[in-house]
Amino acid sequence: MAEVKTPVLETKHLGISFGGLHAVQDFNIQMNAGELVGLIGPNGAGKTTVFNLLTGVYVPTEGTVLLNGVPLNGKKTHQFVEAGIARTFQNIRLFNDMTVIENVKVACTKDMHYSLLDATFRTPKFWKAEKEVTDRAMELLEICGLADKADILSSSLPYGQQRKLEIARALATNMKVLLLDEPAAGMNPTETAELLSCINTIRDRFGVAILLIEHDMSLVMNVCERIQVIDYGLTIASGLPEEIANNPRVIAAYLGE
Amino acid sequence: MKQNRIKTRYLVNFAALIVLFAVVVGMGMLGGNTMKLKIAPSVWQCSYLIIMAASLNLVLGFLGQLSLGHCGFMAVGAYAAALISLAFQRAGFYTEKAGAAFFLVLLISIAAAGVSAALLGLLVGIPALRLKGDYLAIITLGFGMIIVNVINNLPFCGQQGLSQGSASSALYASGLGFSNDEKMQYLWVAGLAVILCMTCMFMFVRSKYGRAIRAIRDNEIAASASGINVSYYKVLTFTISAFFAGITGALYACCNAALATSSFSFTNGSILNSVFIVVMVVVGGMGSLTGSVIAAVVLFLLNYTIKNGAWVSALPAFLQNVFTYPMLVYSIALIIVIMFRPRGIMGSREFALCDIPQWPGRIKAYFTSRAAGKAARKEGKSHG
Ligand SMILES: Nc1ncnc2c1ncn2[C@@H]1O[C@H](COP(=O)(O)OP(=O)(O)O)[C@@H](O)[C@H]1O
Ligand SMILES: [Mg+2]
Repeated sequence: MAEVKTPVLETKHLGISFGGLHAVQDFNIQMNAGELVGLIGPNGAGKTTVFNLLTGVYVPTEGTVLLNGVPLNGKKTHQFVEAGIARTFQNIRLFNDMTVIENVKVACTKDMHYSLLDATFRTPKFWKAEKEVTDRAMELLEICGLADKADILSSSLPYGQQRKLEIARALATNMKVLLLDEPAAGMNPTETAELLSCINTIRDRFGVAILLIEHDMSLVMNVCERIQVIDYGLTIASGLPEEIANNPRVIAAYLGE
Repeated sequence: MKQNRIKTRYLVNFAALIVLFAVVVGMGMLGGNTMKLKIAPSVWQCSYLIIMAASLNLVLGFLGQLSLGHCGFMAVGAYAAALISLAFQRAGFYTEKAGAAFFLVLLISIAAAGVSAALLGLLVGIPALRLKGDYLAIITLGFGMIIVNVINNLPFCGQQGLSQGSASSALYASGLGFSNDEKMQYLWVAGLAVILCMTCMFMFVRSKYGRAIRAIRDNEIAASASGINVSYYKVLTFTISAFFAGITGALYACCNAALATSSFSFTNGSILNSVFIVVMVVVGGMGSLTGSVIAAVVLFLLNYTIKNGAWVSALPAFLQNVFTYPMLVYSIALIIVIMFRPRGIMGSREFALCDIPQWPGRIKAYFTSRAAGKAARKEGKSHG
């Protein structure tokens, strides 16, 4: 008998309505470790809303999110992160008055277990935890190509690097599932190529499942193993990239009927 | 290495502080009676203003939440310390304000003041911090007003000590309240309190706690998406801030022979007023603890010299008239600071003596960037 593997991330009939507007309906997805899945759809289709549902920013009006088979109903955003779902934002949300490395360290806070007393008296436990986090943050910045910018303010980074910093910060949470919301938006072709190699490194190195929202079709078709398409909150297609590229419903949704 | 450099910066600042304190105390001791009458109360007042401003900075500058009721926590601390010391005194634990027994009572009173204010901070913070911005400001403003009235109406906070009386009269000439000689004698208590409180706050801010709350200030949604339990850190910071405000209450109780709730009320015209503490934080720089210290001392000195200063009478007549309305002077001072340093004197930097050699360069850079900004705006206008 074949072993039944629980997917890392699974949603069942996930949906949310704002008043009368069904922003997302009956959204089902299954992702395994190391998989890279694309989530595409026209503007306003509900992609970002799906991410907000997957991170507890919005409370679904129906359905559940399961992580390794455990439902996450009623949990708060930081508990979703503790469980292992991390994300980046379409409209960049960095901690602007903090340095690049501090931005990453913030996301390690949940794994630092020293107490207020340790901090006040600077016990060895404090120094050890701080050193570990500094090393870890530097390592992640290295992966995202930001190591030389560690000590400057995050708001003074150029746009493309701000997006990368968001990824580094998400990685610092030690996630099992990484949600990337239009990471290549506003990037030039060189930056996009760098981003692509960064995403591949992340997947190979950490073995995480990545769900990627992206408008750059060539990027999506290139890197994603599977693609799910939504339009007006409904899943209209899902499958391999070449299937999606030739799906008439997808073409219609993108070109407008 | 880097760690060592930070240590030297701290040590140099610390040494300078000790020297400054020693000079001030020395002036008080050697300068005769008039000098003592000036120095001793001033140092005590400065000490509680410094801790008040710095502790509010935790909430306002580091956490980014506007709280307008900080003096409410100070009031609670003051009354807690006063009542406890009085209880010990009544029980005959100490008779004169000297010796080990009294010192123990002093310590217990200060601790009790901090803890009671912290408990109240927790109690107020849990519901209040669900709100943001203006709403939180209104709630905390209300808290500051209510707490004064509550204390006013507590039967044991009055003239007759633990039995009865109205709170707006003398509470306890026989409790903690120091005479001028005792204020001088115990000046080191005030100094030590400042150093210990400031150190604790620095340690808090320079740790995962400080990073977490600055992240919340910068972007609450991103903070929670980075695994920060936003409500926990908010309530924790609020509680800690209230704890230190409570300690300042105990210091206040020490340097005043009488205690009246009106000193903590919102309409209090003096420098000790929740709004004025906010002004100190803003002037010093939100997110700079040393900025708060500087602003507290500078504004105290401004207030003191306006009230007692010889230099005011040396001014031309119309300016003298302005100075009869101190609040007007503070407003002008605030406007000037905000015009030139919108983020406060220190911004979010910390003051370090070691940096002084770099100051000329920084000041130059400041003016060049200002000039460049002006030129750019002009350019923009002429194009638009
Ligand atoms: N908090 C909200 N309240 C009301 N409507 C919302 C809210 N969030 C999203 N929507 C609506 O849901 C739809 C999907 O939005 P979104 O998920 O941002 O689309 P996109 O696919 O471009 O990321 C849009 O019509 C948007 O107006
Ligand atoms: Mg979107």
